[in-house]
Amino acid sequence: MITLTINDRRLQVQEGTTVLQAAKGAGIQIPTLCYHEALAPYGACRMCLVEVVAGGRLGLSASCAYPAQEGLVVRTDSSRVLKARRMVAELLLARCPNVPEIQTLAQEMGIERPRFHIEDEKCTLCGLCVRTCEEIAGVSAINFIQRGTEREVTTPFAVPSEACITCGACAMVCPTGAIVIEGAEEIKHRELRLGPAKAIHVPFLQAVPKAPLIDAGQCIHFRTGKCGVCERFCLSNAIDYEMEDEEVEIEVGAIILATGFEPFDCSRVAQYGYGRLPNVISGLEFERMCNAGGPTGGKVVLEDGRSPESVAIFHCVGSRDENYNEYCSRVCCMYSLKFAHLVREKTGSKVYELYIDMRAFGKGYEEFYKRLLMEDVIFIRGKGAEVTDVAETPEEQGKLIVKCEDTLLGIVRRIPVDMVILSAGLEPRQDAAEVARLFGINRSKDGFFLERHPKLAPVETASDGVFVAGACQGPKDIPDSVAQGAAAAAGALALIDLGKVEIEPITALIDEAICSGCKICIGLCPYTAIEFVCRDTTGIAQVKEALCKGCGICVAACPAGAATQRGYTTQQIYGEMEGALLAEARG
Amino acid sequence: MAKLKLALYWAATCGGCEVAVLDLNEKILDVAAAADIYLWPVAMDYKYKDAEAWHDKFIDVCLFNGAIRNSEGEHLAKLLRAKSKVMVAFGSCACFGGIPGLANVADREGVFARVYGETPSTDNSDGTRPQTSFTVPEGELTLPYFYDTVKTLGQTVPVDYFLPGCPPVTKQIWAVVQAIVAGQLPPPGSFVGVAEKSVCEECPRVKEEKKVTAFVRPHQVIPQPEKCLLEQGLICCGPATRGGCGAQCVNANMPCRGCYGPTERVTDQGAKMLSAIASIIDATDEAGVKKVVDQIVDPLGTFYRFGLPNSLLTRVRV
Amino acid sequence: MSGKNSFEPRIIGFLCRWCSYQGADLAGTSRRHYPPNMVPVRVMCSGRVDPTFVLKAIADGADGVLICGCHPGDCHYQSGNFNAMRRYPLLMKALEQFGIEKERVRLEWISASESEKFALVVKEMTETVRRLGPLEWNRRLFQEGQRKT
Repeated sequence: MITLTINDRRLQVQEGTTVLQAAKGAGIQIPTLCYHEALAPYGACRMCLVEVVAGGRLGLSASCAYPAQEGLVVRTDSSRVLKARRMVAELLLARCPNVPEIQTLAQEMGIERPRFHIEDEKCTLCGLCVRTCEEIAGVSAINFIQRGTEREVTTPFAVPSEACITCGACAMVCPTGAIVIEGAEEIKHRELRLGPAKAIHVPFLQAVPKAPLIDAGQCIHFRTGKCGVCERFCLSNAIDYEMEDEEVEIEVGAIILATGFEPFDCSRVAQYGYGRLPNVISGLEFERMCNAGGPTGGKVVLEDGRSPESVAIFHCVGSRDENYNEYCSRVCCMYSLKFAHLVREKTGSKVYELYIDMRAFGKGYEEFYKRLLMEDVIFIRGKGAEVTDVAETPEEQGKLIVKCEDTLLGIVRRIPVDMVILSAGLEPRQDAAEVARLFGINRSKDGFFLERHPKLAPVETASDGVFVAGACQGPKDIPDSVAQGAAAAAGALALIDLGKVEIEPITALIDEAICSGCKICIGLCPYTAIEFVCRDTTGIAQVKEALCKGCGICVAACPAGAATQRGYTTQQIYGEMEGALLAEARG
Repeated sequence: MAKLKLALYWAATCGGCEVAVLDLNEKILDVAAAADIYLWPVAMDYKYKDAEAWHDKFIDVCLFNGAIRNSEGEHLAKLLRAKSKVMVAFGSCACFGGIPGLANVADREGVFARVYGETPSTDNSDGTRPQTSFTVPEGELTLPYFYDTVKTLGQTVPVDYFLPGCPPVTKQIWAVVQAIVAGQLPPPGSFVGVAEKSVCEECPRVKEEKKVTAFVRPHQVIPQPEKCLLEQGLICCGPATRGGCGAQCVNANMPCRGCYGPTERVTDQGAKMLSAIASIIDATDEAGVKKVVDQIVDPLGTFYRFGLPNSLLTRVRV
Repeated sequence: MSGKNSFEPRIIGFLCRWCSYQGADLAGTSRRHYPPNMVPVRVMCSGRVDPTFVLKAIADGADGVLICGCHPGDCHYQSGNFNAMRRYPLLMKALEQFGIEKERVRLEWISASESEKFALVVKEMTETVRRLGPLEWNRRLFQEGQRKT
């Protein structure tokens, strides 16, 4: 340990600590500009000047680069220090009068107007970007060129550099926003489409655990082995590139499937122009737009940044449509009404709702619909037929034209709007079939998981101990999902509490005296209820009775006749047939 | 102890079972030491009238191989049944019908038409057919009557023991002979010289869960020696066939053809094998299934190679 | 049931417990008419139908066999009916070799709500088998086949 004195305070610090770090550790503020914890000291900006009074090289020194020494006595607030620092700030303000960071710094030191020639630079020449690119990204794609007043940061010969890996770390570290990544607007647009733009991100605001993750497919470090900026910048050392996916096996007595749904892909309805026409967005993208923490900061804007003057909201996109899904997605009417309310509230623009039937069936829903009627939303009973940008009249120029039939008026209408929101329906997740197979449950015709009985066993499934909750069982809104979730949890708890499982006495049974372990049955079981048990030289198949549902597939397939099914033995079925044919013969 | 009185007879058979007995090699001397052979037409000269002259139950053990194809076979089966204390159906033909049993795809007329007319090597412009009797100056010559349907021995007379195999493996024959000599036979009606489990138990190949996308025939591939043949798309009847043979065919890199017959629990070996084979087809739509099924050229001949007369349907409808 | 000259086919029907048997049940409660020639044998799943059952039914004197399961994809046991779907063509190929007309053994997908289809299939099948005539497997073939002529 080293003992030094800063502003009359005796401090003990580890060897290798700089004066700046020692001061910060003791809560003594020293302004900095070019200093960064993750980078080597540079001493470029001179903001961190301190005065060494005794025990070292006397005079003014950059504290970020001055190592703490035994017996060193330092002052950070001497008049000499303040004077020098003030001069530095004044010079910086002259160079960068419009950079907020510098303005604040200068203001703190009481500088109003520099006495020097005023320029308009954004770059303070702190070198953070240059050092990040060299020390952390390891590519040295940018550096200083020229000297003196001509000095600036750029790529070699100021042309786009092949060395740049476009990691964006320079822009991130730049304190003044002097570096702009081109195409950032595009990223914003992608955010609107819900995909997080950065390779490292928190998946969504309500994520549990709320920790960022790295998208290895996008991350420059994983793709090229370079960059690694986040690891160096993370002060908690929380980033570990070596970390791998791990499989955890947990033994449980009940499983609740709440795998949810997938929103209908609006681009499948080609005539609505989603993905083709600007300002045709999906409901989820509109939600994202309304999010105060989202890419537009909660503003409802068009792609060019304007506020829309008229908005059409299409109900039943991908729902109640024989071309896509025949079923009603249940939630779209209500969220479409909410959208209308939000558009009215945020922009005051005209809102058209194009609906087939208004299904406001829940508690308080009808009242909400009535309120919307009073909010001057224009309801058109009729499904949207097409969205086009081909104008036929001057009023339609530059607008999206919604074609639809107003069935209440009995006319076909063309409505020019600025924005179209498609209220996408709910679909089973793409891997629902695999998940159903994995858990030994069925799916209904629409592809959602099938409950055991629509009225009497709405959260149970064909597999005992496997429950369903939420939209994986069928489209439903939040209150219904919560209710079903609670019911599933109660069902699971009841099962666990009971401590035992009742099964139908029709399970399959494999006679180990006959089974020769050919493994034909194992892959056939939809419930993975047959396990292979090693015995002597080979092994035998064994039925896990708790999992067996008594379908008898294995029994029919067993070539050795080792498998049989209680209640449906081959002999019993023979007996039934013989009896039937005998009775018939006598009949 | 008095020496055992032994009779060996062959009906519709290839003679392989007889060779299998001879394959006992020097142990045949032990057989001779323990038993006197009273009838063995394939090896020595015996007359049927000698056998007809025996009193009932004169013979201790009769090893009867071959299926019942004609009236001679039926006559001798009934005769030897009456003359023997223990009747053993020896070999797959006697037990299940065997290869001769495949003639049940046709009837008498069909077999004759083929054999005495249609085969490429036959020149029979007179349309000569076997006659059951024919008179020559020396007297009347007779031939046995050829039946429409091949039967198993068990379908013709009551059988005490079944010793299957095409042919039965020598080791098993020897074990059964020893058991007979020692008087340690299981209850009548049993299969002897066999395993309880199917061939897979004896098969050393590594078996996994099965999903077959295409079937191949043995001449089309050289199978990997360590992997289950079914998983390689070869129709191996091992899973549906009783073991006891020591998995000789699969050890020689050839699929099991099913000569040891079904296990004790199975009514119809062919149907069971068919069910198992179809179940592991890797397809979930009718077109996909058809594509794979089309690769199985001859289900009847494949799944009922040794057991058509013993099967539920016993023969083909003509 | 049978008059002197009219042949009444005897058909064994293997119905899966979840779809086809329910469909048959609904046909009953819906008062749908169909011929009584088919005797149902309930199995838990069409995948339980061992081809041996079909042969056994024929050997025991049935003139036809009907196998019914849930529609592909709707199986209560998810993939059970796929097994019926896989076994049927191979069985039919073997039965064809046995000289049995393919119309005598039929596989149909009938859901719990398809009582109309169920009644129709039974009706159709009964008529088809009636036209084909009796099969009388063992009596005609095995026993008579052995008779000296």
